[in-house]
Amino acid sequence: MSRFVYADNAATTAVSPEVREAMMPAFCELYGNPSSLHKKGRDAKVALDGARARIAATLGCEPREIYFTSCGTESDNWAVKSGAALMKRKSGRTHIVTTKIEHHAVLNSCAALEKEGYTVTYVGVTPEGIVNMDELRAAVTDETALVAVMYVNNEIGTIQPIAEIAKIAHEHGALMFTDAVQAAGNIKIDIPALGVDMLSVSGHKLHAPKGIGLLYVRRGLMLPNLIDGGGQERGRRGGTENLPYILGLAKAMEIADERLADNPRVAKMRDRLIDELTSKIPYSYLNGSRTERVCGNVNIRFDFIEGESLLLWLDIAGIAASTGSACASASLDPSHVMLAIGVPHEKAHGSLRLSISHETTDEDVDYIIEQLPPIVKKLRDMSPLWEEAQRGGDTEHWGKVSKIR
Amino acid sequence: MQYSEKVMDHFMHPRNVGEIEDASGVGEVGNAKCGDIMKMYLKIDGDDVITDCKFKTFGCGAAIATSSMATELIKGHTVKEALELTNQAVVEALDGLPPVKIHCSVLAEEAIKSALADYYRKIGRPIDFELESACDADGEER
Repeated sequence: MSRFVYADNAATTAVSPEVREAMMPAFCELYGNPSSLHKKGRDAKVALDGARARIAATLGCEPREIYFTSCGTESDNWAVKSGAALMKRKSGRTHIVTTKIEHHAVLNSCAALEKEGYTVTYVGVTPEGIVNMDELRAAVTDETALVAVMYVNNEIGTIQPIAEIAKIAHEHGALMFTDAVQAAGNIKIDIPALGVDMLSVSGHKLHAPKGIGLLYVRRGLMLPNLIDGGGQERGRRGGTENLPYILGLAKAMEIADERLADNPRVAKMRDRLIDELTSKIPYSYLNGSRTERVCGNVNIRFDFIEGESLLLWLDIAGIAASTGSACASASLDPSHVMLAIGVPHEKAHGSLRLSISHETTDEDVDYIIEQLPPIVKKLRDMSPLWEEAQRGGDTEHWGKVSKIR
Repeated sequence: MQYSEKVMDHFMHPRNVGEIEDASGVGEVGNAKCGDIMKMYLKIDGDDVITDCKFKTFGCGAAIATSSMATELIKGHTVKEALELTNQAVVEALDGLPPVKIHCSVLAEEAIKSALADYYRKIGRPIDFELESACDADGEER
């Protein structure tokens, strides 16, 4: 198949040519160690400071509040674990509030804290995939050390009311952390407006390379060190700075800011995918809110089929996408996000995520709309569940019936 | 997830997909919660020979490929031979499966046994082989 459509931008993105250009000098010219006193070192330090300042400007914070890390997962681990440790030491608080739809970087950091004696409340979400605010309000108490809620969900692209949640956290004296990995590059991140204490970003989701991320830490918050070393990153995250990637990240974040103006065009393509796919394919449903959703995310559930076989066929057709099916992962559980928004366990395997970007064209969208319906049909034609549905069987409660007999 | 060429061949061109209207035995195993359901139809003649075999599967690439391969392996064989088919034989015939997909082959073996049990019941023959469910133990292979 000649055509290739990359619709998995929420998984990772290609490094953009401008970003690659911005990185190149740091390999063979600006190779000095920013900590060195000689000219090579000073030049590198100037470049590093400049990148930090430009990134801070896109986020609306101070340069000194930006800490470079190796990835989003590292930032998430640092924020959750060190944020919890800080509050425990300061005020004896050992309660964490998070949600059922967080990324595993946050969920598993919370699970690690539970083993150390912290208690964690996992707040549910509405069927639209937005944090249940009544539940959250009830969960946050004066014993809460940290509230960790993602800005944008990675599977269904729903945008969470972070500013409102931060206000609730602060009313109770808790810290507020948001994992903004899926927000960066998709929506404007305005830290003062959000009012969060910590926020994480990952470079490879917005056309910077893999291996670079950052954590914003509000000035004055004495977050315990992640890596002890030679004093880099204000002593909190030691290790010689990865200048090429930091320059790449700065460039990517600046470009992302400029490209926000292009979001309505991407949203239009997203809406066309949602409308045409759900109308052309029976028993297909949009997962997550239609309106509170980033412009590049489409997540549709197709009943009676399983996601991995759908992905395999799409791959053969030259379309790269992703699924929440257990069968496509190492674990045997379907996506926790699908279960959290109330998709029945037996139907959670049939979800497809198409994450498009500003690089996606109308022709790409046409191609997906042309290719997908016959693939779904082909898989349904060999599905015993579809056969049952066609015979007028129960299409609502299928899958609970069959056991070996 | 890397599948062998054989698995991809059986996934893309599954053999014996469909139903048999007047099947001698029909078996269905798995459940949608686990993410796989296999339904197996057998046509068996007076000499206990499986003359036709069809399947329908809801599941991943490996589930479809193992169903397809299993039907190939028992078609034209006797009931006794079909009962001797192990999941390992299906895996080998497909040039291997990723470790997390081995349970699909177990399901294929069980689908055949389930269809044969149905056949035994229909003709009034006592079931003298074991029926287990691959999906019972937390969806883990047995």
